[in-house]
Amino acid sequence: MVKRGTYVQIKATILDIGERAVGIPEDTAATPLLMWCKGKLTRDSEIGHMAEIVTASGRIESGILEEVEPITKLDYGQYIPEMAQIGGFDDEK
Amino acid sequence: MKNNSYADVMARKADILRHSLGIDFAAFEQEHISFDYEAMMSAVGLSLDEITAIQRHTGVGDTPMWEMHNITSLARSVAKSGFGARIFIKDEAANPSGSFKDRRASIAVHTAKKLGFKGVAAATSGNYGAAVASQAAKAGLKCIIVQETYDSRKVGQPEILEKTRKCEAFGAEVIQMTVGPELFYKYLTVLEETGFFAASLYSPFGIAGVETLGAEIARQTRQIAGKDPDVVVTTHAGGGNITGTARGLYRENCRPLMIGASVNLKGLHMASDGHFNRKSFTTGHTGFGVPFATNPDRSDMPRSAARPLRYMDKYVTVSQGEVFYMTQLLAQLEGLERGPAGNTSLAAAFAIAQTLPQDAIVVVQETEYTGAGKHINSQLSFARQNGIEIVFGDPADEVAGKNIILPQEPSLIAPKDVDMDYLRKSLIRNNLAKLPNDVKPTEQDIEFLAQETNLDTQRVAQFCVDIVQNIV
Repeated sequence: MVKRGTYVQIKATILDIGERAVGIPEDTAATPLLMWCKGKLTRDSEIGHMAEIVTASGRIESGILEEVEPITKLDYGQYIPEMAQIGGFDDEK
Repeated sequence: MKNNSYADVMARKADILRHSLGIDFAAFEQEHISFDYEAMMSAVGLSLDEITAIQRHTGVGDTPMWEMHNITSLARSVAKSGFGARIFIKDEAANPSGSFKDRRASIAVHTAKKLGFKGVAAATSGNYGAAVASQAAKAGLKCIIVQETYDSRKVGQPEILEKTRKCEAFGAEVIQMTVGPELFYKYLTVLEETGFFAASLYSPFGIAGVETLGAEIARQTRQIAGKDPDVVVTTHAGGGNITGTARGLYRENCRPLMIGASVNLKGLHMASDGHFNRKSFTTGHTGFGVPFATNPDRSDMPRSAARPLRYMDKYVTVSQGEVFYMTQLLAQLEGLERGPAGNTSLAAAFAIAQTLPQDAIVVVQETEYTGAGKHINSQLSFARQNGIEIVFGDPADEVAGKNIILPQEPSLIAPKDVDMDYLRKSLIRNNLAKLPNDVKPTEQDIEFLAQETNLDTQRVAQFCVDIVQNIV
């Protein structure tokens, strides 16, 4: 159980396959238009079940509770050996 | 209660935007295809000095301009004797949220506050979201950013995920969507639900805010070099950057050659779920640059204030590999870690400078912030994970979505010219398609198209005849 007031991310379907705009590429048309929102739960909820949140702007959104206290995972990637050859210490000049 | 089906909401678009912006676009419409662009821009109701004062209040603008001595030297080393113009860069990363987009956001947010709106909303995956969020934080307004973030597997470009983080850092709500133009549908429902101000990238407020950038370039170049810039190179996507910059330069009676530059993403469809993560640039590319040049009113405004073909003298494309290469050179030779997307114009400028004498001045009119996710290493790692080959070679051989070709040597950086007349004819063709059957464009329409394409009316009339006769 995830307690009321917990910061979470929910997921909702905005347009189902078949409701999507005419003329979009086939691969996109074959998928639903999905949305993710973050906010605080308005009541105790369960992961994988419908939940309601209050967002940072004060809106109410509902959707499937997907993540609890979501974080941003960002880094500077892997070592890219090619970059070391540009203007750097591999330069023999 | 209102029906919120896709068709119903899209049908209410004009009404929703009128309430969310305080501008009645219908008032500027003229003949079949013409409208009064300058009257629409005047609806902002602020002079350049007033805009400057508003921006100073929120820490926007007055950014430094640097001469790129080492990159200029490198360009001279590969140029023919006596060639290699001085390259200057306008360090727009010095703005509060790290890009020139703060200029665009500042006037929109100022207007929203003045009109009594409680919040602002924008649909954007780029730096503009962070700019609106930053300005809204300063103004004490709520903020919602609707962002195209993920493919259908919930995989997002690191560059876009960094923008999500930054918007949230400023207190904004970010609505993350999967790929597709219907993002605009969600945006409209949010505007209707909240009654927030539509802080569109393409509103007159957004573009008027960029005019200060052009004015500063004119003044700073004169101050540093004692003369006007010969060329200003602008990274081009939706057209607001070159439009606002050129208008600002003109206000200072400065008329350099205006060159737009985009990353060449030919072959990748911007609305394709499968292509979404096969590109390494999420803005500043041809996927926006070409369609927004030939049909500016495809934006989220009834009439876009960004009208690039009015101001663009020349348009070039560069490859992803060329921009990554220049981004690394900027760090290694000049000690400036910026970009990568904002360095599109720098990659073009490096080659353009080689075609000009050494006393000429080429201004690269923006940089943008860099950080985890929004960095050459993050983007190249992501590309490699997605099966994109990264190799050294001739960037002319790059195929977007398949490989990234870093130039084997700096002399291989060679932007490709886009045929301006092809773009101009496309714009005219798109306008003629709006005419009802058997209705011919009026004199005012032709005059409008001449302004839109920066051509004389005679050539526009000839293009119209060619198009009607299907010669082109």
